[in-house]
Amino acid sequence: MLEILQFDFIQNALLAGVLISIAAGIIGSLVVVNKLTFLTGGIAHSSYGGIGLAIYLGLPVLLGATVFAIITAIIIAILTLNNRSRVDSLIGLMWAFGMAIGIIFVDLTPGYNVDLMSYLFGSIIAVSSDDIWFMGILDIVIISIVVFFYKEILAVSYDSEFAALRGINTKFFYTLILILSALCVVAAIKAVGLILVIALLTIPTYLAETFSNRLSTMMILSSILATLFTLSGLAISYFYDISSGASIIVVAVVILTVVKLLKR
Amino acid sequence: MNIIEIKNLSYEYNPSTKVLENINLSIKDDDFLAIIGPNGGGKSTLLKLMLGLLKTNKNCITKNLKNDHIGYVPQNTNLNIDFPITALEVVLMGHIGKKRKLFGYSKEDIDCAKHSLEQVGMSGFENRKIGDLSGGQRQRVFIARALCAKPKIILLDEPTASIDVKGQNEIYELLKQLNKSICIVVVSHDISVLLNYAKKVAHVNKNLVYHSLENIQKNISTTDEHLCEVELLSALGKTQICCDHKHQD
Repeated sequence: MLEILQFDFIQNALLAGVLISIAAGIIGSLVVVNKLTFLTGGIAHSSYGGIGLAIYLGLPVLLGATVFAIITAIIIAILTLNNRSRVDSLIGLMWAFGMAIGIIFVDLTPGYNVDLMSYLFGSIIAVSSDDIWFMGILDIVIISIVVFFYKEILAVSYDSEFAALRGINTKFFYTLILILSALCVVAAIKAVGLILVIALLTIPTYLAETFSNRLSTMMILSSILATLFTLSGLAISYFYDISSGASIIVVAVVILTVVKLLKR
Repeated sequence: MNIIEIKNLSYEYNPSTKVLENINLSIKDDDFLAIIGPNGGGKSTLLKLMLGLLKTNKNCITKNLKNDHIGYVPQNTNLNIDFPITALEVVLMGHIGKKRKLFGYSKEDIDCAKHSLEQVGMSGFENRKIGDLSGGQRQRVFIARALCAKPKIILLDEPTASIDVKGQNEIYELLKQLNKSICIVVVSHDISVLLNYAKKVAHVNKNLVYHSLENIQKNISTTDEHLCEVELLSALGKTQICCDHKHQD
């Protein structure tokens, strides 16, 4: 059984799973405590527009998705900071519009026959070494920013009015959290796909929150749980030959349900 | 000494409706001022203007102290109780925005936060999750956070709104202690703060009516007679107040 670990693509998949889980645990915690799940969903889905555009222009897909997701994050940040009343409608609009652009650009690309489903549902087996580099660098960036600005991020997330009173630039940190979520989403598309990425960000975090007194504990615990879910989901997907993204999410939901029921 | 002086202050969120009109108020460094008034009367707006959370373009508000020396306890501390944060970390928020250590909290900040918790009687709760504390305990933690800034004045927005009577009195006793060295301004609907703790009262309903409470407190005994809260509150909204608002049920 262990001989499968000798395959390069399996090693890549495992490494990618671990790297993504670290980012998802940290960013997922921020998304959940700031109640930004719907916003992050919007960013994830509209980044499909970037994938379509990159395919059409013949650019690297990861680059297209990254740029598009960051721009979406900044637009959503500006919209939510200035127009509180109809934020959910605007996010819904961007959510659908991004996907529509993506589909149209892929339609317009002549002779394009790559499996589009892999972007929607993920194909961690197909992850390249470029993707691994991207994920690794992203992890370093996320960890550095969160460690350096921990106090400020904690204050803005818990009580932004008070943080503003103490002279913290709350808009900057809010935008920063959204941009980091956008980058995390893009990196996780390979592993679980853009439809399921929200689950990877929220399920381990939801579970970790029950056992955490501190945001930092929640981040570490979420990362460990996400790694556990990703690796076991990956194993199941390999042995039963089913989609990796879906396997990861099903494992996560089953474990979450069992733990929550036992804890009652 | 007057630490905050408000002169001819008016404020509006949109041009058609004035929330506050021609407000005049001086707050001294040893005051215990209660701000009362109906919902929507502009109490919280006035507080936010004093804090600088809302801006006015005119020079209506003169502060004889730095913004850093204003402590603030927000209205609803029951929001976000699932948030994974300890009591000590909440208090440490009082230090952010100053000169910072590169990573984490400095030892002085932590010592100061622990001392603030001690002042409000919450030693031993440092590592408890904020959501696991009772409403009254949580309110104390937020007062400790305000104390962290070494304030000369603390503004509290309805600090006892969701706390039982025993907890309310404990909070007011604490504020009375703190009032020995710090000016206290509290927005409250609570009649007991008016009768037993506050020295001055400002009734805000677009306009502001100001009273010193000493005479009123002397003339009202609450031991064997019931007091009609509604009448007292509405009486405080008038410029002339007679002190016969006692009722026997």
